[in-house]
Amino acid sequence: MVTPSTEKPEQKKSKPNRSFWWRILVWLMLVAFLIILGLGLFRTQQGVMAIGDELPDVTLTTFDGQEIRFNDLEGKIVVVNFWASWCKPCEQEAAELEAAWQYYEPSGNVVFLGVAYADTESEARAYLEKFNISYPNGLDLGTRISNAFRIGGVPETFVFDRNHVLQFVQIGPFQSLSQIKSVIDTYLKP
Amino acid sequence: MTSLLRSLGITIILVSIFVVNTKAQTPPPTPNDDQINAVARELYCPVCENIPLDVCGTQACEQWRGLIREKLMQGWSKEQIKQYFVDQYGDRVLATPPAKGFNWLIYIIPPLVILLGTYFLYRAFVTWKKIEKPAENDARSYPNQDEYVSRLEEELKNR
Repeated sequence: MVTPSTEKPEQKKSKPNRSFWWRILVWLMLVAFLIILGLGLFRTQQGVMAIGDELPDVTLTTFDGQEIRFNDLEGKIVVVNFWASWCKPCEQEAAELEAAWQYYEPSGNVVFLGVAYADTESEARAYLEKFNISYPNGLDLGTRISNAFRIGGVPETFVFDRNHVLQFVQIGPFQSLSQIKSVIDTYLKP
Repeated sequence: MTSLLRSLGITIILVSIFVVNTKAQTPPPTPNDDQINAVARELYCPVCENIPLDVCGTQACEQWRGLIREKLMQGWSKEQIKQYFVDQYGDRVLATPPAKGFNWLIYIIPPLVILLGTYFLYRAFVTWKKIEKPAENDARSYPNQDEYVSRLEEELKNR
């Protein structure tokens, strides 16, 4: 016959063993990896700057050595054009952009800035000379400016109003001088 | 005789000046395609992602290879040229990202995952082996048997 035991089985202390901590570590690593992957994907999928975004605080070093900090251009309409000497569509709008600059420069209310993306200095300079471009232009050193604007290619042009809020984005070349003027004039009105 | 010696001296001086000048004006050797590609294959242009510069056919990449040629002609080393491209176009032009900042993860995570995977696989094999062995021999000698069952079996044996 079985004699019922009055003794209770020993209560084991609930101490997490090593494999438990290993599991926690592996899960933590997996979660961290997924977060990094997610952030990377988010950045790549973000696309170009959206209307309403603020002018990024970046500095353009022009070919003549001048340093232009974008945020120092207070109260002015800022037109930022990304281009490259190897980009054929950029050539289509080069003359129109220069003509627009010539038109607005005397007023002092509009600033045109050209950023040469993934370009070599000699080729970029030759391009500027070929199209007689006189507004400030410079290389996108370290691709910092194009990263701040999250451009998808060239040409792309961003128009910011006097409060430095993005109002217009032109993906691809402008078709005519009148198109550029119509965009800028909209934001020039008081 | 003196005039002969003088004219000989002048000739020697003129010839040596000519030789020195000729040497100085010799243009540096133009680097060949292999030398250019040796640098270019370690760079990527941001326009054509995932295509090394040495095999990329776009005009942008052609210009970059031209720039490498220029720098090689100026006597720059491979590392100097790569650094120049990093300064101009950022870290992402490099085929091998520099081990700094977030880039460290690229160098740490894959080996760590392999090591951990191997460790867990090893542990899993060991555990399976342990489970299999007692089942083959005797089901009654199973080590993780309940205390009450053991006592019951003990008492049954003693009867």
